[in-house]
Amino acid sequence: MKGSEVIIESLKAAGVDVVFGLPGGMVIPLYDAIYDSDLKHFLVRHEQGAAHMADGYARATGKTGVCIATSGPGATNLVTGIANAYMDSTPMVAITGQARTDLIGTDAFQEADITGITEPIVKHSYLIKSAKDIPRVFKEAFYIASTGRPGPVLIDIPSDIQLADIEYKPAGRIDLPGYKPTVKGHKKQIKSAARAVAAAERPVLYAGGGIIAAGAEKELLALAKLMKIPVTTTLMGLGCFPEDNDLSLGMLGMHGTGYANYAVTHSDLLIGVGARFDDRVTGKLATFAKNARKIHIDMDPAEISKNVPIDIPIVGDARDVLAGILAELKTMKRDPKKTAPWLDQVIAWKKKHPLHYKDLKGSIMPQYVIEEINRITRSDAIICTDVGQHQMWSALFYTHTKPRHFISSGGLGTMGFGFPASIGAKVGRPRQTVIDVAGDGSFQMNIQELATAVCYDIPVIVCILNNGFLGMVRQWQELFWNKRYSETVISCQPDFAGVADAYGALGITITDKKDVGEAIRTAIKARKPAVLDFHVKQEENVFPMVPAGQSIDEMIGGHKT
Amino acid sequence: MKHTLSVLVENKPGVLARIAGLFSRRGFNIDSLAVGVTEDPNVSRMTITLDQQEHPIEQVTKQLHKLINVIKITDLDPERTVSRELALMKVSTDPKSRGEVMQIAEIFRANILDVGKKSLTVEITGTTAKIEAFEQLLRPHGLLEIVRTGRIAIERGEK
Ligand SMILES: Cc1ncc(C[n+]2csc(CCOP(=O)(O)OP(=O)(O)O)c2C)c(N)n1
Ligand SMILES: [Mg+2]
Repeated sequence: MKGSEVIIESLKAAGVDVVFGLPGGMVIPLYDAIYDSDLKHFLVRHEQGAAHMADGYARATGKTGVCIATSGPGATNLVTGIANAYMDSTPMVAITGQARTDLIGTDAFQEADITGITEPIVKHSYLIKSAKDIPRVFKEAFYIASTGRPGPVLIDIPSDIQLADIEYKPAGRIDLPGYKPTVKGHKKQIKSAARAVAAAERPVLYAGGGIIAAGAEKELLALAKLMKIPVTTTLMGLGCFPEDNDLSLGMLGMHGTGYANYAVTHSDLLIGVGARFDDRVTGKLATFAKNARKIHIDMDPAEISKNVPIDIPIVGDARDVLAGILAELKTMKRDPKKTAPWLDQVIAWKKKHPLHYKDLKGSIMPQYVIEEINRITRSDAIICTDVGQHQMWSALFYTHTKPRHFISSGGLGTMGFGFPASIGAKVGRPRQTVIDVAGDGSFQMNIQELATAVCYDIPVIVCILNNGFLGMVRQWQELFWNKRYSETVISCQPDFAGVADAYGALGITITDKKDVGEAIRTAIKARKPAVLDFHVKQEENVFPMVPAGQSIDEMIGGHKT
Repeated sequence: MKHTLSVLVENKPGVLARIAGLFSRRGFNIDSLAVGVTEDPNVSRMTITLDQQEHPIEQVTKQLHKLINVIKITDLDPERTVSRELALMKVSTDPKSRGEVMQIAEIFRANILDVGKKSLTVEITGTTAKIEAFEQLLRPHGLLEIVRTGRIAIERGEK
């Protein structure tokens, strides 16, 4: 069997049926094998698109996403997508072609040291030097990508390895002496966590993407309900706790809700689960939940006490640990009424500092567009976003109730992520309505994937909140740089609906508030890729906002109590 | 305080680059690094010394552990380890000073490796402190070149 055919066998063995990629000289043998295989391959227009599609596919389905690129520029075009997957812990396997083994190190045509380039942004990587290693490497790669704290794994395969003739032997047992993720939480730590929970008067659960990765949403809900604990989520955690539940505080942090940030600040016990105390969440470290004891449950030991000192650390799978804490609590004397005054306080904050915006006559408010999407999809769509103001409005004004339904670039903040990610999500969940809330700036960073969506008839709906600005940067310039809008005005905007039309997608321009809902419904009914260009109010700001480096209870546009 | 980490890694290409990369991007400064294969040819040992004041050693070890090729990390307890370093030093000498340098070498049980017209090359093994003391004594004579291996260390006892 050819090396390339062994690659296909190895992908099949890993359960892969969908891949995203674009060929080139150093992967022609692999693509020749794909030609005869049952793999569903989606040809992209730019390799960054392939990486983000694999990422979106993985986030929507929980499976490992796969992308393929040729050596050199193909591989380097994947870099942003790999970094994005790394920062947000997405399980992904990236396959790249490489110059022939005998040419490596000679600056051969289209040679790039992609394992070197990506070293800081992968969970692990391989450069295959012998075709007989292919089955083992693939088995390990998928195992590493999808277990523990998930992440991207890169496999670089020289072209002669793809051509080599070998006997195909399926991989044996995985032997990785240096990789043994801890799943089960420490019993004693779980006990002391349960005791701390039972004793707390002002507890807050702070839940992140780790809940979704672990599939721990049921346990989270059960714990919150059992002990009557309010829950706030990070951007990555949106949907892991239903926001229509009274205990939900929505998102916390820089653009979190006032009540989430006040609750965290005044809590006496903060229970972080699958979250990493990122600077966008904590604001000024010295004042972050400063009177609270802190429990931190995480798969990755390196996250614990990295930014904030932790009183009760528990390394393990969020689901396993939360189940353990629940079981402990059920054997203990507990008084769920203990948090009643605290919940009253939370309700008071919610009343006093609700999310709000001024509805200006004659304008389409960007928040209103999100509310309409929420209403029309009954909070049931998969929402993907790009990066900027529209991303924060999607986080705040949509009611997130289900895991794997909000797909956004959190850690890296990659403009251009949302649209290809939505294509990947739709490929993975074809029956779900998938909406990409895009910025007029961000969308143009991967607009070429309209061709991919049209070509394969992937009916995602792009809703551009077109404000004529690189809005989020403009907001900072307005608030902190004296309104000096240096290079944030996006003039020379194309007619997005016209562009969509040229690609063969549905394009609608919406300039009047009364047409917003109709456009969304039309796009859903059309069952083809659609671009809705909402001309929204231009200089609108995302509030509340915690200025960088401030305490999170010191918000602009959310009054301090 | 100096910490000595003894790190067992898979003996595979790219491992050293991964470790070096990790240290540089997390802003950890390595004082010294020595690498060699162990009794098991599939496994190499890296002995890394770094300053604990500068870096919380716990973050360093946790980040190292995340590398798939890292098998085991031991933060060696100085009380229970023997450590050695090897240094080669070339000292400038003239017929008058040569005797004195040789005397110092003898006291430190250093070996003379090469005698030139205007220089002497010595080899010294020992703890970092001993090597530094030796170096201080040679310095006034004019140290032309020093090559050090970095510290290697092993725990006392059978374990
Ligand atoms: C690739 C990339 N380049 C630059 C940035 C910096 N940046 C963050 S938000 C933003 C503005 C995005 O503009 P737009 O997509 O129109 O969204 P808006 O904020 O207007 O909703 C920029 C430039 C980024 N996050 N990613
Ligand atoms: Mg914009």
